[in-house]
Amino acid sequence: MSARIFGSNHPLIAYLMAGYPTLDRSLEAAEIVFKAGADALELGVPFSDPIADGPLIQKASTVALRQNVSLRLVLDMAGRLSGSGKPIYIMSYLNPILRMGYAEFAAQASRSGVSGVIIPDLPVELAAEWVRTAWANRLGTVFLATPATSTPRLKKIAQNSTGFVYLVSVYGVTGVRDELPGYTYEFIRRAKSVVNRPLALGFGVSNPRTVSQALKAGVDGVIVGSLLISKLMDQEPSWVEVLANLESTVHALKQATSTTVPTEEGK
Amino acid sequence: MAKKKVGWFGDFGGQFAPETLMEALSALEAEYSKIRRDSTFRRELNYYLRSYAGRPTPLYYAKKLSDTVGGARIYLKREDLLHGGAHKINNALGQALLAKRMGKTRVIAETGAGQHGVATAMAAAVLGLHAEVYMGSEDMERQRLNVFRMRLLGATVHPVDAGSRTLKDAINEAMRDWIANVSNTHYLVGSVVGPHPYPTIVRDFQSVIGREIMAQFKKSVGGLPDYIVACVGGGSNAAGSFQAFVGEKKVKLVGVQAAGQGLASGKHAAPLLAGSVGVMHGMRTYLLQDDNGQIQLTHSVAAGLDYSAVGPEHSYFKQTGRVEYVGVTDEEAVKAFETLSRSEGIIPALESSHALAYAIKLAAALPHDTKIVVTLSGRGDKDVESVAKFRGSKL
Ligand SMILES: Cc1ncc(COP(=O)(O)O)c(C=O)c1O
Repeated sequence: MSARIFGSNHPLIAYLMAGYPTLDRSLEAAEIVFKAGADALELGVPFSDPIADGPLIQKASTVALRQNVSLRLVLDMAGRLSGSGKPIYIMSYLNPILRMGYAEFAAQASRSGVSGVIIPDLPVELAAEWVRTAWANRLGTVFLATPATSTPRLKKIAQNSTGFVYLVSVYGVTGVRDELPGYTYEFIRRAKSVVNRPLALGFGVSNPRTVSQALKAGVDGVIVGSLLISKLMDQEPSWVEVLANLESTVHALKQATSTTVPTEEGK
Repeated sequence: MAKKKVGWFGDFGGQFAPETLMEALSALEAEYSKIRRDSTFRRELNYYLRSYAGRPTPLYYAKKLSDTVGGARIYLKREDLLHGGAHKINNALGQALLAKRMGKTRVIAETGAGQHGVATAMAAAVLGLHAEVYMGSEDMERQRLNVFRMRLLGATVHPVDAGSRTLKDAINEAMRDWIANVSNTHYLVGSVVGPHPYPTIVRDFQSVIGREIMAQFKKSVGGLPDYIVACVGGGSNAAGSFQAFVGEKKVKLVGVQAAGQGLASGKHAAPLLAGSVGVMHGMRTYLLQDDNGQIQLTHSVAAGLDYSAVGPEHSYFKQTGRVEYVGVTDEEAVKAFETLSRSEGIIPALESSHALAYAIKLAAALPHDTKIVVTLSGRGDKDVESVAKFRGSKL
């Protein structure tokens, strides 16, 4: 299922925090995001100590936890969204998954129609048991690679990733960024030259211009998270307006992924 | 769980770090294994430990305290006499020198009681590094003397308002900083926690405590002590005190965790007594967590013990039974704080008072020829305000 989104176009993968601002509203937001053209959803599981996340996602996580949004509830939510026919990825820190147990989590995620799982604090060296369990449940595994990742590690990460490899754009945590530094594009080109899998760029992809630049540099898709969370945090307008705002934001980003033509170098 | 041998203590430890840090951790491991065998590095570190930090620290027979208790003999390993006022300087100097070797110009640290922050600020000042310290805003309030000291020493202190606004949250924020600045920054971790190789590095730099205890005890008392007692927050002063004695099976090792308002109250910081195994801050270890794997908030009167996880080697020692872990409440710790102040004229840190409280209890039930060494990890000047507040009075 996941490979398909990379087949014919440049997918836009939207990240939302399950349970932000509430469980019901995050479900509504996910539906809007799909309606606006997102090709896949990355559903964040709230965690008490999200060390790879910046202030926006930390805050969303705290709000979700105050409402006792657990991994089980997130999997239920994924199940309800799976009717969309679009891939859903779960992004969770390791401990909630360990608490449930790899086997039970993988079985339930698979039953809920989840396509793959991203675990930001599980490095590929320690992931053998997880990868085995996930694959046995026909669940994809997506690992992150960063500008700090050496080329030999990149290869190992690619071997253990199904569907796509998640490229982290910067040295840093998640957050909204106006533009990405020059080294991001060098990293994309390096990854492209050694990884024989689709590449999706995330962490700080926050506007159509960056989307175009990333695609031109050779990524196959983009992941947008903090920007969407920031739209949901807008306190002023009504919820209806918040959703309309979210919809137009996603629409503009999707516009950028569908109109960008990769350069020869990027191909 | 899949595991490599290196970086594990039995089933505990590992390197559960975000990808951005993996190469930096490998580089740190490589550099550390080099300096471990490097005599120039050792000479330099020893120079600073002696001439700057004040090693060796005395092993003091607390006769008056022992007589008051009326049982076993209590000896104090006086880490409170070190420069900065706690054992933290042993590790801070070691890692700051290591950071310089790696060409890093900036060090960051987390701190709970502020002692590790102070030690880092001192090491950075004397070695010409730039220091920034993350500290929970609750801890900044209750250890504000140390905040002032850090700033005097030229460090920047960043308040952390997330979660329980204590040590765990300070570590989160320091990790985020490191992820963003890993190329020029060394994360100077303050206890035997975090992803491999930190638990090993910090233990090794603190193991001077146990080596000195062993040599001093042999020389001035004879033989080996019967017990070594140390408090366990992250677990660095305990790991350093125990290391030399782990193979000496006749020496009983006791780690004291913060039982806060009592284990039954749920308001404590004792993952080794009331926790379960999980992964946080890069390590597989005992944690205080709920049924959904969320990390729970902790409570202790001692900011340096107020942490929901513990170093992985302690989880291993618990599993193998080599170390016995016990709890001491806020009330008991404060009482020991007062007892030592009056009986010996030594004001201990509230963290160290936990170890002391247990040793006093233990000593009372043992014969006079039994010898107990307590690691007095720090001095208590920083805590006089907290104790006054605990006792319902003002300074
Ligand atoms: C005096 C003192 N003792 C003990 C501790 C606890 O740390 P650890 O368990 O790593 O020795 C601290 C931490 O701040 C401290 O300041």
